[in-house]
Amino acid sequence: MKHVKNLALSTAVALGVAFSGVLSEAAKAEDSNYVPLLTYRTGPFAGSGIHIANGMADYLHMLNERDGGIGGVRLEIEECETGYNAQKGVECYEATKGKGALVYNPYSTGITLQLIPKASVDKIPVLSMGYGLSAAAVGETFPWVFNVPDTYWDGASVVIKYIGEQEGGRENLKGKKIGYIFLDAGYGREPIPLLEQLAEKYGFELLQYPVPGKEMQNQSSQWLNVRRDRPDYMVMWGWGAMNPTAIKEAVKIRFPMDKFIGVWWSAGEDDAAAGGAAAAGYKAMNFSGVGMDFPALQDIKKYVVDTGKVPTDPESMGGTLYNRGVLNSVIIAEGIRTAQELTGKKVITGADMRMGLESLDLTEERLAELGLSGFAHPMKVTCDDHAGSHPVFIQEWDGEKFVKVTDWIEPMRDVVRPLLEAAAADYAEKNAPWPARTEPCPN
Amino acid sequence: MFYREAGQYKTSYEADQALFPIRQDLVGIGVILLVAFVVIPLTANDFFLASIMIPFLVFSLAAIGLNVLTGFCGQLSLGTGAFMGVGAYAAYKLTTIFPDVNVVFLVLLSGFFAAFIGAIFGLPSLRIKGLYLAVTTLAAQFFLEWCFIRIPWLYNYNASGAIEIPKREMFGVVVSGAEATPLARYFVVLSITVAIAFLIANVLRGRIGRSWMMIRDMDIAAELMGIRPLQTKLMAFAVSSYICGVAGAMMVFFWLNAAEPSSYSITLSFQILFMVILGGLGSLGGAFLGAAFIWILPVALKFIPGAIGIEIGAETVEHLTFMVVGALIIFFLIVEPHGFARLWQIAKQKLRVWPFPY
Repeated sequence: MKHVKNLALSTAVALGVAFSGVLSEAAKAEDSNYVPLLTYRTGPFAGSGIHIANGMADYLHMLNERDGGIGGVRLEIEECETGYNAQKGVECYEATKGKGALVYNPYSTGITLQLIPKASVDKIPVLSMGYGLSAAAVGETFPWVFNVPDTYWDGASVVIKYIGEQEGGRENLKGKKIGYIFLDAGYGREPIPLLEQLAEKYGFELLQYPVPGKEMQNQSSQWLNVRRDRPDYMVMWGWGAMNPTAIKEAVKIRFPMDKFIGVWWSAGEDDAAAGGAAAAGYKAMNFSGVGMDFPALQDIKKYVVDTGKVPTDPESMGGTLYNRGVLNSVIIAEGIRTAQELTGKKVITGADMRMGLESLDLTEERLAELGLSGFAHPMKVTCDDHAGSHPVFIQEWDGEKFVKVTDWIEPMRDVVRPLLEAAAADYAEKNAPWPARTEPCPN
Repeated sequence: MFYREAGQYKTSYEADQALFPIRQDLVGIGVILLVAFVVIPLTANDFFLASIMIPFLVFSLAAIGLNVLTGFCGQLSLGTGAFMGVGAYAAYKLTTIFPDVNVVFLVLLSGFFAAFIGAIFGLPSLRIKGLYLAVTTLAAQFFLEWCFIRIPWLYNYNASGAIEIPKREMFGVVVSGAEATPLARYFVVLSITVAIAFLIANVLRGRIGRSWMMIRDMDIAAELMGIRPLQTKLMAFAVSSYICGVAGAMMVFFWLNAAEPSSYSITLSFQILFMVILGGLGSLGGAFLGAAFIWILPVALKFIPGAIGIEIGAETVEHLTFMVVGALIIFFLIVEPHGFARLWQIAKQKLRVWPFPY
């Protein structure tokens, strides 16, 4: 036993020595643009996170292989595993920001909230594509945060608009019951103020079914209530393991699936497939193309997936979430390219990147040049509006894959924008003294 | 040889009862404080301060708090995360209601709210013991977490449901919020942690600490000898929760900058409990060692593959870290169930007899 204790002691001493030795940082390579990717391939949200992470990384790697980077400068891509955990997210941020990081994509509302105040201090923009703080769309208050193409409030307004169309006009919503099942965190609660406002305006009843994060995989009590309340429509704001569970439960209580509509983060193939053939008819919003019929995606396959440079499973390519990750990287890449054009520099900084993102104009022609014609709605960021309230479409699960069933639907800008401005003013007031915008508008 | 106390004569009771009666301990503590207050700030970079030292100190303080309750008073608690949350939310409310009051004062004040809540949830400890008490503290964890989610007043009706820390200054230096430098935050966290650790070290060796240990070792005997279980146990709950509350407030004010209710979930409670168990129940030094093991080791392990030139994915590193840390936890618990504090004692004994072990 004595030797074992000695062993334990020496292990402890060795660990202590290793601590002090290992903690050094790698130097930044010259002549490259450094893009850290905060991803999660582990933890409870890995099921959704892996596809996003693959999509983001693959597109950037493909640019390196095909074009030698952007503007002749290679991209240095580093993934940092957050596990959707706010503590680790902040650690990843601190570990990578010193290497000349251009932009952060936290993929977690919690981490986004922590990075928003740091962005203006460290001069590194945050790109939360279709998530995060809705109020960040107000560029006057949040010059360093971008949530193009849409905020959650845009999404919620599209859902109500779509339901109104199904009922033959929004005036017919009067007296209807719309159930809202959501992840009980900042993410899921965000759309409630807008839904409540619309409920008052159109006279429908909003029923709320919160799902605590710990009980994502056990929603029987929520769906029991749904069965009792018999809402006419169900709207879902879910992520990770919550989505497949909700769809399974909906199938179990025989809720009419064509009246069940998810946000764009509840639009994964794996989510819907959990309900099997009975889930056919489930709908979800989306703003990025589905499928592989895009030259850029074929290039990803040709340059990095088939050559084994990235670990992506070719089967998962073209899925909703994978393509969402690709769209995220397209925005990053276009931001870098625009920044290079604006500044004339090849190797840019976070402040240049902010200007690039703020001047982002992804036109139809540009999408076609990128080999992504029809992949997304053309999007434009202005200094005033960092989200842009771009149209989204609705896709339907046919039992095997998602099919686009509507044209692009415009969000209700007239309702969303005043709410965004009020929320931004509220945020600035609560976080007083919030820094006033000093960055000049580049366009 | 290095650690021999022979020849250190005590000529007064005061010297005999000093916090560090052995000269080597005194010198050792002095060196550690010198490193912490002078060497680290002069040499460390921002990443080391912000992502390693600050969380390490916050967790150390929380582990000290739980150690008071579990290690010294013998009451198992799984509500640490929630009590830390009470401190954080109290400090947030206080600083938004009184924006001009010094934030460090408010952080220290917020501990009293946690102490109050902790004492209430400590009441069942008079009737139930051991694992059953753990279950009632688990109830505290879930109930308080529910409050953080469901009472919007606590987070000032923020649309995000999270608390976001505003900019606060102390003596003209920004100490909280995004603009605070890691160095400023480090000094605040270090000072609070060191001050509370010294205070608790003194409480523990006095009348109060001894009465806690009597309750821990045998509560009936303690009661027969005149220790009142009600006051003693509740005081342990209150003191423990106070420290945890301060640690929780420091966690969001000087480290994370924003916190969702899930930041104070059961996971945090377990994290702190593992630190206490691995470090050594009933040892203040153990709390620091346990926190270092649970927090610093995984961070350090992540850099190893890069440092020796192996290119593997971030998620593989994460999986490897999980496995290595898990294996080490099992290894240390099998080999030395009394934790790192006991290993340190063994090391001291070896240093004492070196180079002639017997």
